[in-house]
Formats: sequence, C-alpha cells, structure tokens
Amino acid sequence: MPSLIDIRRRVRSVKNTQQITKAMKMVAAARLRRAQERVLAARPYAAMLEQVLGNVSGAALGDEKAAQNPLLAVRPEQRIQLVLVTADRGLAGAFNSNLVRAAQKFVDDHAAARVSVEAIGRKGRDYFRNRKVPLTGEHLGLVMKATPADAGRIGDTLAARYAAGETDAVYLIYNEFKSVIAQKLVVSRLLPVSLEGREATLDYIYEQPPDELLNSLLPKYVETSLYRAMIESAAAEHAARMTAMDSATSNATDVIESLTLYMNRIRQAKITNEIIEVVSGASALE
Amino acid sequence: MAATFRLEVATPDRLLIQEDVSDAQVPGAGGALGILPEHSPLISELGNGELSYTTGGRRHSVVVHSGWVEVQPDAVRVLANRAERPDEIDVERARQALKRAQDRISKLGPEVDLARALNALKRAQARLTAKQVSH
Repeated sequence: MPSLIDIRRRVRSVKNTQQITKAMKMVAAARLRRAQERVLAARPYAAMLEQVLGNVSGAALGDEKAAQNPLLAVRPEQRIQLVLVTADRGLAGAFNSNLVRAAQKFVDDHAAARVSVEAIGRKGRDYFRNRKVPLTGEHLGLVMKATPADAGRIGDTLAARYAAGETDAVYLIYNEFKSVIAQKLVVSRLLPVSLEGREATLDYIYEQPPDELLNSLLPKYVETSLYRAMIESAAAEHAARMTAMDSATSNATDVIESLTLYMNRIRQAKITNEIIEVVSGASALE
Repeated sequence: MAATFRLEVATPDRLLIQEDVSDAQVPGAGGALGILPEHSPLISELGNGELSYTTGGRRHSVVVHSGWVEVQPDAVRVLANRAERPDEIDVERARQALKRAQDRISKLGPEVDLARALNALKRAQARLTAKQVSH
C-alpha cells in the first residue's frame, strides 16, 4: 500500500501540470482569435485574385504565348516537390502527426517519382531529416508570423525550380482551419497552375496583353496560396493546441479526483486500524 | 444609370476599402484611369501612386503600390501589393527614401539597380503627394 505522503506528492505534481495545461489553453485561445482575424482579413484579396485570374486565363487560354508560360507547363511527374506546412512546436494533439502521416503516405504513393520536401515548420523538418527523402529547404519559426512577403520569397524559389525543370510538380500539404474543434488536412497541387474551368465572365478590355498579365498574376497566385496555407495552419495549430490542452486539463481533474478518493480511503483504513488497536489494547487490560 | 459603384481595395493581408463611390482615379501601369459608374469592363496592371475617390461628396485617397485592377460596370476591384491610408504614411521615412532614391539615380553606376531605384522613387513620391506635402 502506497503511503499517504506518496499520494499527496502525486496529487501536487498533477496539480502543477494542470496549471501549465490550463495556462497553455488560455494562451492558445487568445492567439487563436488573432490568427482567425488574419485568416479572415486575407480572404477578400484571395477571392479577388481568383476572379481576376479566371478572367485573364479565359482570354489567355486561346493565346499561344500565354500557353507557354513556364508555370503552366504540365510534365510527367517524375520529380515532385512537396511543401509541408507543420507547426514548430508540439503539444497540439494529433496536429503534427496527422500532417506527417499524410506526407509519408504521399511519398509512399508516389514511390515511382522522386519526392523532395520543402519543410515549413520544425516538426515536418525533424521527421524528414532522418529519412531517405531529400530536404530542399527548411523555414523554421515562420508560420506564426508569416507575412505575404515571406510567402512570396518561398513561392519565388519554388517557381524558379519549377520553371528551370528541376521539379515537375509542386504539392502542398497543410491543415486548414475548419472550426475550433476540427482541422481539415488539405493536399493540393500548387504547380503547374491549372487554368481549366476558368473563363472570363465579361468581355474585358485588357490594358496589357493577357499573356503579360498572366506572367505577373501566376507568381502572385502561388504566393497567395502559400500565404493562405501558412495562416490557416497557424490558426488550426492554435485551435488544436487549445482543444488538446483543454482535455489535458480535464483529464488532470479526473486524476486528482480519483487520487484524492484513494488517499482518503487509505487514511480512513489507517484510522480504523488505530482505533481497533486502542480498543483491543484497552480490552486486554480489563 | 447608377450614380455610384462599389470600390474595393485589398492587399494580401487586409481589405482596406469597401465603399460605394461616385468616381475613382486609379493609377494604372500605363497611366491614370478615371473611372465613373458604368465603365466598360477592364483589367489592367496597377502602377505606384495615389488612388483617390469620392464618396458622400468627400474626396479621399490612399496610396497603392503595384498589383492589378479589375473594372466592372458596377464595381472596381483593386488588388494592391501594398496600400496605405494617408494617416499611415511616415513622412520622414518617405522623404529619406526619396532622397536615397534620387542619390542612387544621379550617381548611376553599374552597382545601381535602376528599375528598383525608380520604383522606390515613385513609391516615395506617391506617398508624399498623398500626404499633400511638398517635396
């Protein structure tokens, strides 16, 4: 039977842990609100860019020069670049393991091709660092404070590699923020950009030739997709951490409750024992 | 004919303007575009400069730096890489940037990236014009 002091010590340690998880939950909740605001603020631009791209590509589709844009060239996928957006820190439930598992599955599914990984976030980097998958670049400590300019820099690197024929396709894996309790894992193709199904809604006058517009729009489109992936992932990470820490806090409450009950039982047993000893001692004297 | 149209100015990280306006001056890459309601559909690249518009009889302006503009009869959407309201402009910084750009252009050498310097010059000028200070 464990001694009373041992159990009391365990209760105290669980309480300490609970205080930490409670604080982490509160911090995550506060940061989540800010991250959510960023996601909302970025939506109008993304929607407008999508529309302009649609209208331009509708006009550019028949254009021979536009069709030669290097970011549209579809090649057999022999060398695939995977952009994996993960968190930099753990303690966010299954957030990172889901991403890493999906990325590993992606690599296995494309065993015929050579897949290389560009890691945005420490957890993805750590996973692929010790595996046979080559890492082309790592961006740590970026996701939480990503700016459009950061996304632009990464996008330019990816686009340059693609245009130079070093990669045949670029895929993006990240967690999308659905709600506070749910994240949606997204696997999407970043390059080549698919213009199918896009067409002009009106008969536009184009100040610049459509192929020139496309030249500047496509890199921006890549940048916006990356930026969106990063801020969505940041919001999703905070949400995942908040949920994980919330359940950790309530688990700690359960543990404390059952330990306290156990402790009281032992205490009572001990007291009963002592009373019996006193009573039997007294009766022996009579 | 509608008397107003919708003007939306957005940058990658925020929506700066969303208002019904009666006219707008947009700095296109190939020159300023004066836009009134019922303008024919148009798509153009955006230059650096002041974007001004009238709403409720009052004139407002913001500074935009490259991007695209899409004009529809009842709406104008401006996608700017960067945009600032006049009260967000740091005059001192813009003045310094202007001077730096001018210096760089005047002592033109092989190490000077002319396109970049010109861009910086235009940006600084646009900021100062919008702030309505002499430079």
